[in-house]
Amino acid sequence: MKAFLILEDGTVFQGTHIGADREIVSEIVFNTSMAGYLEVLTDPSYAGQAVCMTYPLIGNYGICREDMESLKPWPDGFIVRELSRRPSNFRCDISIQQFLEENNVPGIAGIDTRALTKILREKGTMNGMITTDESYDLEKVLPKLKAYTTGKVVEKVSCREKYVLEPTTDIAQNGPLSGAARFDREKYERGEREQRPSLVSELNGAGLNVALLDFGAKANIARSLAARGCRVTVYPALTSAEEIIAAKPDGIMLSNGPGDPKECTSIIQEIKKLYDTDIPIFAICLGHQLMALATGADTHKMKYGHRGGNHPVKDLATGRVYISSQNHGYVVDTDKLDPKIAVPAFCNVNDGTNEGLSYTGKNIFTVQFHPEACPGPQDSGYLFDRFISMMKEVR
Amino acid sequence: MPKDPNVKRVMVIGSGPIVIGQAAEFDYAGTQACRSLKEEGVEVILVNSNPATIMTDRDIADKVYIEPLTTGMLEQIIKKEKPDSILPTLGGQAGLNLGMELEESGFLKENNVRLLGTTAETIRNAEGRQEFKDLMERIGEPCAASKVVETVEDGVEFTNSIGYPVVLRPAYTLGGSGGGIAHDQAELEEILENGLRLSRVGQVLVERCIAGWKEIEYEVMRDSAGNCITVCNMENIDPVGVHTGDSIVVAPSQTLSDKEYQMLRTSALKIINELRITGGCNVQFALHPTSFEYCVIEVNPRVSRSSALASKATGYPIAKVAAKIALGYTLDEIRNAITKKTYASFEPTLDYCVVKIPRLPFDKFITAKRTLTTQMKATGEVMSICDNFEGALMKAIRSLEQHVDCLRSYDFSALSREELLDRLKQVDDQRIWVIAEAIRKGIPQEQIHDITQIDLWFIDKIAILTEMEEALETQELTPELLREAKRIGFPDNVIARLSGRTESEVKEMRHANGIRAVYKMVDTCAAEFAASTPYYYSVYSGECEAKRTEGKKKVLVLGSGPIRIGQGIEFDYCSVHATWAFARAGYETIIINNNPETVSTDFDIADKLYFEPLTPEDVESVVDIEKPDGAVVQFGGQTAIKLTESLMKMGVPILGTKAEDVDAAEDRELFDKILEETHIPRAAGGTVYTAQEAKEVANRLGYPVLVRPSYVLGGQGMQIAISDQEIEEFMEIINRIAQDHPILVDKYLQGKEVEVDAVCDGTDILIPGIMEHIERTGVHSGDSISVYPAHTIGKLVKDKIADYTARLAKALHVKGLINIQFIAIGEDVYVIEVNPRSSRTVPYISKVTGIPIVDLATEVILGKTISELGYEPGLQPEAKYYAIKMPVFSFEKIRGAEISLGPEMKSTGECLGIAKTFNEALYKAFLGAGIDLPKYKNMIITVKDADKGEAIEIGRRFEKLGYTIYATRSTAAALNEAGVKARKVNKISQESPTVMDLILGHKIDVVIDTPTQGRDKHRDGFLIRRTSIETGVNVITAMDTARALVSSLENKAQNTELEPVNIAEL
Repeated sequence: MKAFLILEDGTVFQGTHIGADREIVSEIVFNTSMAGYLEVLTDPSYAGQAVCMTYPLIGNYGICREDMESLKPWPDGFIVRELSRRPSNFRCDISIQQFLEENNVPGIAGIDTRALTKILREKGTMNGMITTDESYDLEKVLPKLKAYTTGKVVEKVSCREKYVLEPTTDIAQNGPLSGAARFDREKYERGEREQRPSLVSELNGAGLNVALLDFGAKANIARSLAARGCRVTVYPALTSAEEIIAAKPDGIMLSNGPGDPKECTSIIQEIKKLYDTDIPIFAICLGHQLMALATGADTHKMKYGHRGGNHPVKDLATGRVYISSQNHGYVVDTDKLDPKIAVPAFCNVNDGTNEGLSYTGKNIFTVQFHPEACPGPQDSGYLFDRFISMMKEVR
Repeated sequence: MPKDPNVKRVMVIGSGPIVIGQAAEFDYAGTQACRSLKEEGVEVILVNSNPATIMTDRDIADKVYIEPLTTGMLEQIIKKEKPDSILPTLGGQAGLNLGMELEESGFLKENNVRLLGTTAETIRNAEGRQEFKDLMERIGEPCAASKVVETVEDGVEFTNSIGYPVVLRPAYTLGGSGGGIAHDQAELEEILENGLRLSRVGQVLVERCIAGWKEIEYEVMRDSAGNCITVCNMENIDPVGVHTGDSIVVAPSQTLSDKEYQMLRTSALKIINELRITGGCNVQFALHPTSFEYCVIEVNPRVSRSSALASKATGYPIAKVAAKIALGYTLDEIRNAITKKTYASFEPTLDYCVVKIPRLPFDKFITAKRTLTTQMKATGEVMSICDNFEGALMKAIRSLEQHVDCLRSYDFSALSREELLDRLKQVDDQRIWVIAEAIRKGIPQEQIHDITQIDLWFIDKIAILTEMEEALETQELTPELLREAKRIGFPDNVIARLSGRTESEVKEMRHANGIRAVYKMVDTCAAEFAASTPYYYSVYSGECEAKRTEGKKKVLVLGSGPIRIGQGIEFDYCSVHATWAFARAGYETIIINNNPETVSTDFDIADKLYFEPLTPEDVESVVDIEKPDGAVVQFGGQTAIKLTESLMKMGVPILGTKAEDVDAAEDRELFDKILEETHIPRAAGGTVYTAQEAKEVANRLGYPVLVRPSYVLGGQGMQIAISDQEIEEFMEIINRIAQDHPILVDKYLQGKEVEVDAVCDGTDILIPGIMEHIERTGVHSGDSISVYPAHTIGKLVKDKIADYTARLAKALHVKGLINIQFIAIGEDVYVIEVNPRSSRTVPYISKVTGIPIVDLATEVILGKTISELGYEPGLQPEAKYYAIKMPVFSFEKIRGAEISLGPEMKSTGECLGIAKTFNEALYKAFLGAGIDLPKYKNMIITVKDADKGEAIEIGRRFEKLGYTIYATRSTAAALNEAGVKARKVNKISQESPTVMDLILGHKIDVVIDTPTQGRDKHRDGFLIRRTSIETGVNVITAMDTARALVSSLENKAQNTELEPVNIAEL
């Protein structure tokens, strides 16, 4: 079936329809990761957006459900050059076509994704529509596209009830350490798939309680802490600061999440209260932006954001550069930063934008990128260890 | 960290002659690095024995030594030039080994020279088998169960403890020389014995066989501050068991989930960090196909063939960045040369798929086994880029120039299902064609996967291609079907063949429906940032990013495709120099080429680079966009020449010598007419199509005769026949591939072979010098030792050669380069062959005479005359130096290849010896080719009757040098009779000890064996030659070469110190 991607600027791409059969209007963004399409699809930060993958061959290894970063895919739509006809991987459960259909995600394939990316790069992120209606009327569609906003999506993606992720008590539970995996044919033939290799080599977080505020958290944030021995209590986004403080956590983790941080007005107020305590806080992505807003800094929307697994970030304290996983369309303004409150801790080597803050006189540090990886490089996983050390010191 | 101010004079070690496993990629890397060093104001002293390289140009380095790559020579150059540092990680394994030897001997320290980049300790940890294994164990990175052994007995014992099969890898060898997989004790002993001997340190790693696992590589960069990035990863379609150089490789990996991708990436970074590598590094992994288990196979702490591929696949200039890192810069200080906005400390992300296919030399070595193993056999490779895998594979296939354009090009349709199942077990260069046929015959993909272990994803892609073949054959060719066929890479001619139309009908239908190639840019960042580098590949849908730039005149330079025997790096040298010369003349330059190993495909050589197959259709698609004012074909070897006619049909003017004149030189009748008109003699001969006609001509001329196809390079299929039977045999071989042109049969004349390259402006000629071959006619010019200046021919003959060259160049209306081979017999000169184009000897003669003939040829093509260029027309004065070009072979890599020299070219590369005297130059040339004698002073002589007279003379000279001569019965008799002491040894079939035992005893310096005719594998001579090569004994198969060797050894015996020559000062 034919499908169309219509952009706010009037550009129309014709391709073939994939996934669920429904029309959507959404904000169109692109991601440059070459692998990890399932992690992208299940990252709640994509709520309210339709994602275009710049890598042209998608679905090659199918869907390995255990790699999902949340319970379902969040993007409104999925835009690809080509979906693989035959997925091939030993862990593959179903094909990506099935996955999109099952989860009611529509999409379009066979379009010039590079041309689309260039439009977004030049003109900035814009809204678009994916439709199979061949008789679309641009005059009617375009105003609809212009009117679209992602709105308050955090509440949509956050968990409804708080829950606890129990800590790992034995390093072996994390799965084999990187590379030390051994293939066990008997188990494999019984259908038991081994766990993914873990990067964690010690339970340095054992005995620590972490409160994780779920603004649309990727599963690997909690997993990264639990794998280090922390007990992680995950709270819905709208939980009051008082409730969290009352639970006396050793540290608070503010997660990633979708949308414009400035829309999260009530959450920002709660975060200000958390800031005023002495509890160590580590924040990622949206959490980083919210903490900045809570302490008087400002954020703005970037032209087309950073979404991919190849962004270099520099740790300003050491001068070391790490390759990071990224997914954000907003960024903290550093020029309005009050050094008495926070100073830049990381910057993006490509465009110099802020990638992290260190809060003056506080046990608080926040990053714009994703140390939990999934998808993307694991280079900055050490930040979880830094958070654990911070919690231990305060204790 | 900024540049280290103490680094001012850097010595760069090149990789030496092109051999299998160490090819043009190091010229590419070295050239890029030298330019990068010079950009930083560093003085570069370059040493490389290979004269065909661009890196040995005067404008690439400040001091250029084309000298043998031995520690002795390097020490002398270091003493003379006093560099403060030395950069050994750009010259492949050869360069690295030399750097290590200099370091380990303490020489560098004594002379205050430091190793730049990666330290010696790091190199030891990465390259030493045991050190590496220990380090991996320490950091928890798994290696396959293995042990380093130094004796066969230890190897057997260890293998018994871990079980067969095992993989054997000798330490410190190129391209996995001498390695293999042993399935039983007999195989183990055989391979182990060989490997122990080939290893520089006498060590072989015996390791658990992980054949069948996925082979994944990561190209990693690290700076001195510890910042690490991966440039790209690559997946071998052929699972572990086939050397990565012989595998079909795709970038990025296709079948790995992010978990697997990141697991291996993290491991690669951990390893490079632990090794403290500063620069580029390649890490190879074996990944279990149904689990997360993996093994680190090996680490190369230097730029490599894979890093050249990764550079071209991503646009990330690894060698350039590695050179800057060596100077002290960190990754975040080095700008990305493609985007000019980002920095080198980011990871390229691709929005296309890259496929590399190796170019294997089995068309040259028809007796060789086609099997692919852990021993690399490819001489070169092609790369292609497309937005889908199928398209990339199809483009790569037709880039190979091996008479293949689709998955039907090797026909296995006659095989039954059972035969196919059996054939699938054979791991060779035709495997994907066999898989395609298996799919056509309905063999389930799973079954194909079970046998080949090739991932189902790739097998399904092959199925998509065979389904399209079927659709084209059985369905109506609708615009939709045509569009889809083009999208997945089907060329028009294949579509035409399958759909029963003509190629022009298909093309018309395409154009009528707007189905045209469009071009996308390689920009390192998947369009995230604007890029200014015009590096393009074609796809069949979407927006075209390539735009014709207005204003400047445009010239299309056609490259020479994959490196193969007969068409090597020298044509890349010519293409690059022509490109630069056109640019200097104000032209916009556009290169089309598909070889990822070469300088010409570096994105900053031409104004625009199209990474595309060199077929008429692919070239025309570029021409449609660029509408060049002219194309130049005379620099790209036979690949480019073959495109002449097509270019003319497209309306592109051929710059320089006209196509009809190129034809006149190749077409027998036209050429004979020209010779008649110019009164130049040549050997009598005729043109034929069939064996019957060939025999008639041969008998008319009288045997021996030379039989060869026209329009070939490197004498492919050329043979000397002495009987009707041989004519039949050779004609059968030649006609296995349909010939578009007649076959030539000539009277074989025995004499001195002489060669010239000249520039002709239409009126005057310029001959930089005359080169004389050591071997008499009958040995291909590319396999002959070539001497400049010609030292045994007199002035009369030289004048005749200059005169004939002038006459021929004029008669053929040559504008640009011409190469002519002559035979001199006494004072008579005959023409053998005329090539109105660049030749293999162009870089050599340019360098040793200092006359830049490619630049001059380009100027001439653009209308200048030789006089205007400041040269006196005619033969130029001779240099005061002797410069000898020595062919280098890779026979030990190709099991079963016939090594004896003949009219068909077999060498893969060359090196140069340059000195004030002939004998010193000769000695240097042999040394450069790796023949470093004497060692044991034992030799074997076994020659055919006709050579016995010369064997006596040569044997006597060896005897004087203290050699003990062993000889087979009749040779021994002849030698002893003439008073040369020779010990008789038994033939192979006789009782032990035989000549074979002697060779296997590893105490023989050289075997002189002149072959009897015929390609029979079972003759004694063949076995002797193969065994010698495989056990590392030098073999000489022509008496002239033997004489040259003894002369060079006599020179050495006089104990004169070799003097390094800076050719930039000549």
